[in-house]
Amino acid sequence: MADITFNDIIKPENLTYKKSKLMTDNVMHYCPGCGHGTAHNVLAEVLEEENLQERTVGITPVGCSVLMYNYIDVDFQEAAHGRAPALATAVKRLMPDKFVFTYQGDGDLAAIGTAETIHTCNRGENILMIFINNGIYGMTGGQMAPTTLAGMKSSTSPYGRDVSKMGSPIKMANIVAMLPGTCYVTRQSVNTAGGVRKFKKALKKAVQYQNEKRGTCFIEVVSNCPSGWKMTPVESNKWMEENMFPFYPLGDIKVPAE
Amino acid sequence: MEKELRLMKGNEAIAEAAIRAGADGYFGYPITPQSEILEYLMEANPQTTTGMVVLQAESEVAAINMVYGGAACGKKVMTSSSSPGISLKQEGITYIAGAELPCLIVNVVRGGPGLGTIQPAQSDYFQATKGGGHGDYHLLVLAPASVQEMADFVELGFDLAFKYRNPVMILSDGAIGQMMEKVWLKPQKKRSEEILPWATTGKPASRPRNIITSLDLDSERQEKFNLKLIAKYREMEENEVRFEEFMTDDAEYIFVAYGTSARICQKALQLARAEGIRAGLLRPITLFPYPKKRLNELADRVKGMLAVEMSAGQMVEDVMLSVNGKTRVSHYGRMGGMIPTPEEVLENMKLFIKG
Repeated sequence: MADITFNDIIKPENLTYKKSKLMTDNVMHYCPGCGHGTAHNVLAEVLEEENLQERTVGITPVGCSVLMYNYIDVDFQEAAHGRAPALATAVKRLMPDKFVFTYQGDGDLAAIGTAETIHTCNRGENILMIFINNGIYGMTGGQMAPTTLAGMKSSTSPYGRDVSKMGSPIKMANIVAMLPGTCYVTRQSVNTAGGVRKFKKALKKAVQYQNEKRGTCFIEVVSNCPSGWKMTPVESNKWMEENMFPFYPLGDIKVPAE
Repeated sequence: MEKELRLMKGNEAIAEAAIRAGADGYFGYPITPQSEILEYLMEANPQTTTGMVVLQAESEVAAINMVYGGAACGKKVMTSSSSPGISLKQEGITYIAGAELPCLIVNVVRGGPGLGTIQPAQSDYFQATKGGGHGDYHLLVLAPASVQEMADFVELGFDLAFKYRNPVMILSDGAIGQMMEKVWLKPQKKRSEEILPWATTGKPASRPRNIITSLDLDSERQEKFNLKLIAKYREMEENEVRFEEFMTDDAEYIFVAYGTSARICQKALQLARAEGIRAGLLRPITLFPYPKKRLNELADRVKGMLAVEMSAGQMVEDVMLSVNGKTRVSHYGRMGGMIPTPEEVLENMKLFIKG
């Protein structure tokens, strides 16, 4: 097989992963190795494949993904910090035929926006909530998040998170799974090809449950933050697998009865 | 529903007027003295008649952000609260102003600061007219003085909000919210089915995606946006100033008062005239934009103006700015939920005249 050339490999039929048509050409502001770009592209693929562009309204948070509206070609509203589920609630109630999703980080969803998260799930709003959990405040420069692991260092827990003073990391997916309003709660990752495929499958399921108006879908993506964690992308993925995944185990937490 | 005469509380009138104005959504949280608005809407259940959504939010913060989400879809949406709750909404309000979204916010004011009291006050004037939240912005502020105006200003408020793509506030108080008067209700308007070109309703192939945001990281562009907002506020000052005058033609002294205080001053005015005091009253109906020009004109021919407010003296600063030193200006106010009597107001006008 030594005679296979580069041009033989890049043939369209060999293309497994590509940029979704719903991804814009805007230059992304995300750091090298960050999971957001991958998560965006997988979401865009699903919106494209499910023909959802014309009826999608996305809500972006405050945090690293605040500028998400520059990257995916659907209508977007940019919410105040933590309030995305409140916006989404109104959008869905006023336009029940739309596909409405929120995309939030851990500070947004699990700290300042905890009340909105809990009550939106408790009302069972027919929206999809995507929760990117990288255990740190990325945009503001690496401060401790509600999901920062015990002992983990950040700029506001420079000696490591002391749970006796700073509380324990919070497992939002497990909390919202207890509420009757959620129909589908799962924890995924996007750091491997297998993870990407599973995340995509989860998104497709969520679209189906949304079309069936079965309640709130909540997909957590355990992700990395090379800049905030002060690691290379490769190191950060390894660290995530060794430290984040044991505390935030991947897989379905709640699935609706078929 | 046809045009109809009813005896209603101010709060109920707002709720019924919202349904009849063809509102698409109301998002609220209970707080005295305005909970009747949410209660009335829940009982009326307009989702089954006009399709209007009514939702009790988990907090005032959530409610105003639901308003943001609904307004960003181009829908006619509103919320209501009272002073402490309105403070909580300020973050959402500044985002709404920054994203140039139309909506209606009702503040049935109670005495403060802090948890204060549940009785009527006018101590949120600064908050309503000067900003309240962070950044350079204004609400268009309507001040009803009767249950009829509570009802009328709902439709007017929505019209102005959409005309300027700006949040509008009805600044009422616990007295007007709770008192009952007869009110003419307008016939039922159909809810609009128009899809606004800027609204986030799902992107068809025919237009670029719509983005509703108040964020611009580029300083030059952000300043341009600030200038655009200022131009909008100047336009409001040109076109939307509303006020009412009583006996100002020959007046030597003028009461300046809005809302409940204006009603008290109307009575004080009659008492003053009966004693031969040539008093008049100017009642601002819009608090932003403020009737600056008219007050400045009147300042040329009166001997003084007394601002009467149920506050420590807030609107009086706008009276002073309006007359710019041309005439004497003073303030009389009660606070903490105390409502002045007409006799008390007249006494203070007499003291003001003495100098």
